[in-house]
Amino acid sequence: MKKYIDQGKNDTRSGFGAGLAELGRTNPNVVALCADLVGSLKMEKFIEENPERFFQIGIAEANMMGIAAGLTIGGKIPFTGTFANFSTGRVYDQIRQSIAYSDKNVKICASHAGVTLGEDGATHQILEDLGLMKMLPGMTVINTCDYNQTKAATIAIAEHHGPVYLRFGRPKVANFTPVDQKFEIGKAVMLNEGTDVTIVATGHLVWEALIAAENLEKQGISAEVINIHTIKPLDGEAVLKSVKKTGCIVTAEEHNYLGGLGESISGYLATTHPTPQEFVATQDTFGESGTPEQLMDKYGLNNKAIVNAVVKVLKRK
Amino acid sequence: MPKLQELQDLTVQVRRDILRMVHKVNSGHPGGSLGCTEFIVALYNEIMELKDGFDMDGKDEDLFFLSNGHISPVFYSVLARKGYFPVEELNTFRLIDSRLQGHPTTHEGLPGVRIASGSLGQGMSVALGAAQAKKLNKDSKIVYTLHGDGELQEGQNWEAIMYAAGKKVDNLIATIDYNGQQIDGATKDVLPMGDLKKKFEAFGWDVVDIKEGNDLEAIIKGMKEAKSKTGKGKPVCVLLHTVMGHGVDFMMYTHAWHGKAPNDEQLATALGQNPETLGDY
Ligand SMILES: Cc1ncc(C[n+]2csc(CCOP(=O)(O)OP(=O)(O)O)c2C)c(N)n1
Ligand SMILES: [Mg+2]
Repeated sequence: MKKYIDQGKNDTRSGFGAGLAELGRTNPNVVALCADLVGSLKMEKFIEENPERFFQIGIAEANMMGIAAGLTIGGKIPFTGTFANFSTGRVYDQIRQSIAYSDKNVKICASHAGVTLGEDGATHQILEDLGLMKMLPGMTVINTCDYNQTKAATIAIAEHHGPVYLRFGRPKVANFTPVDQKFEIGKAVMLNEGTDVTIVATGHLVWEALIAAENLEKQGISAEVINIHTIKPLDGEAVLKSVKKTGCIVTAEEHNYLGGLGESISGYLATTHPTPQEFVATQDTFGESGTPEQLMDKYGLNNKAIVNAVVKVLKRK
Repeated sequence: MPKLQELQDLTVQVRRDILRMVHKVNSGHPGGSLGCTEFIVALYNEIMELKDGFDMDGKDEDLFFLSNGHISPVFYSVLARKGYFPVEELNTFRLIDSRLQGHPTTHEGLPGVRIASGSLGQGMSVALGAAQAKKLNKDSKIVYTLHGDGELQEGQNWEAIMYAAGKKVDNLIATIDYNGQQIDGATKDVLPMGDLKKKFEAFGWDVVDIKEGNDLEAIIKGMKEAKSKTGKGKPVCVLLHTVMGHGVDFMMYTHAWHGKAPNDEQLATALGQNPETLGDY
């Protein structure tokens, strides 16, 4: 199987910070907003270089979304930064009416998504944000897997006109996306070709899927691994092409199975090419405190869980 | 009434608990916790009228809601030392399978907690509901809350502040941890909030200023004054002027320790400034 090399663990939020800093230098219309979490979102560089284009909102996320919507009227491209929980559920109607329905060019950038934020616990660990965001008409929904991909995605979404939800996380994880890989919104990335099973993963689960595929190979199972970074619009064709070959699929995400990537794919396949599917996702539960590794294990979100799901789905072929 | 010395001893012990809890898991929020230690100690041991044991409805006893849930260490320590759950359980703070989540929650059934908090700005609304339930129940006890000053930037607070006065919820005492700090810096730099006292008064509240928010006697005096103002048609706000990180010299007067744990060496120094009184857990 194709080998991927971890270029050195890093957090996806730092990829966001680096991408934003680069945008600050290249696109004078990009402005940034934050609700008292500058350090957590790694926005310092942008602020240092473009103090006049940064808006510290204070702890007031609803106000931030409204101000971001307003800034687009006048041609600015606002990037909002706060935790995923406070970027979505907290401000759903502000996003819905002032951004999505009004078709405003706001980039909602959300860190600390999922259980891997760790010790802060369930109040901060949103596992429902992809669902909330993908249900909004016109919203582009992206969940990146590593530092390089997050940096590239941050830069790419500035070029896309329309509301975007960009989701990333807190922990340092393997960084394996080639540094020069272009980020194409809505286009799946083929990571490994295989014949027995399709594994489609997003976010932090992509690296886990690669480890799972390696372990499966040792058992003589050939897994195709696809990174779907854009949940919406979904690259259905890439999925369809793969499952026509493999005949079964496992989806993997750090999100509730309700409302997540797996649900989008099952909906798509139900109408095009019904396929046995297993979901590696949280099972309609809140999270809790713990280390990221412990939580990934307890909530069935790691390479072990993916291997188990593959074994299960193969029997249903 | 417990003697002042007993409360002082408890305060120092709670500080030790806070420091040891956040140090062990290398995460959590010592700054605000240390700044509110005297207040929570005094509230639970001198001010609030509490029944034995814990039940969710809390009828015929005073209630407390921690809206700034990130200062869970001070809340957990005071609850444990008041007997709500075993003090040893402080050992499980922020660990997997614990009832002591990073932010307080009812999810695992920890006695003493009546609502989840952590996402800021929601506690006052909940307290208003509980206060109005007390009125429906002809229960004359009081509902207390604590909020961060930065937390007041959340608009929901001002909806609640307007409602409380408009609907004459006069069995509510909402305290603001007025430490002038939040995550990204001083509140005056992040988002200046103007004159909070005048704002609350303009919204129709009675306001009590506790200038020495880290002095037990001043807190007790101020809270008794606040209590004397309840039942008169207006909600009561206490502006508690505290020092973030109080009791540990290198953590004071800065936002730097809002959400950062001390390392081994720093812990030793901090504990040295707060010698054991009632016994570590
Ligand atoms: C809705 C929401 N937004 C952001 C945060 C992240 N956050 C946690 S504590 C904090 C600062 C709170 O400031 P303050 O209330 O003054 O508390 P202090 O730092 O003084 O303890 C922020 C922004 C949060 N927990 N909830
Ligand atoms: Mg404060």
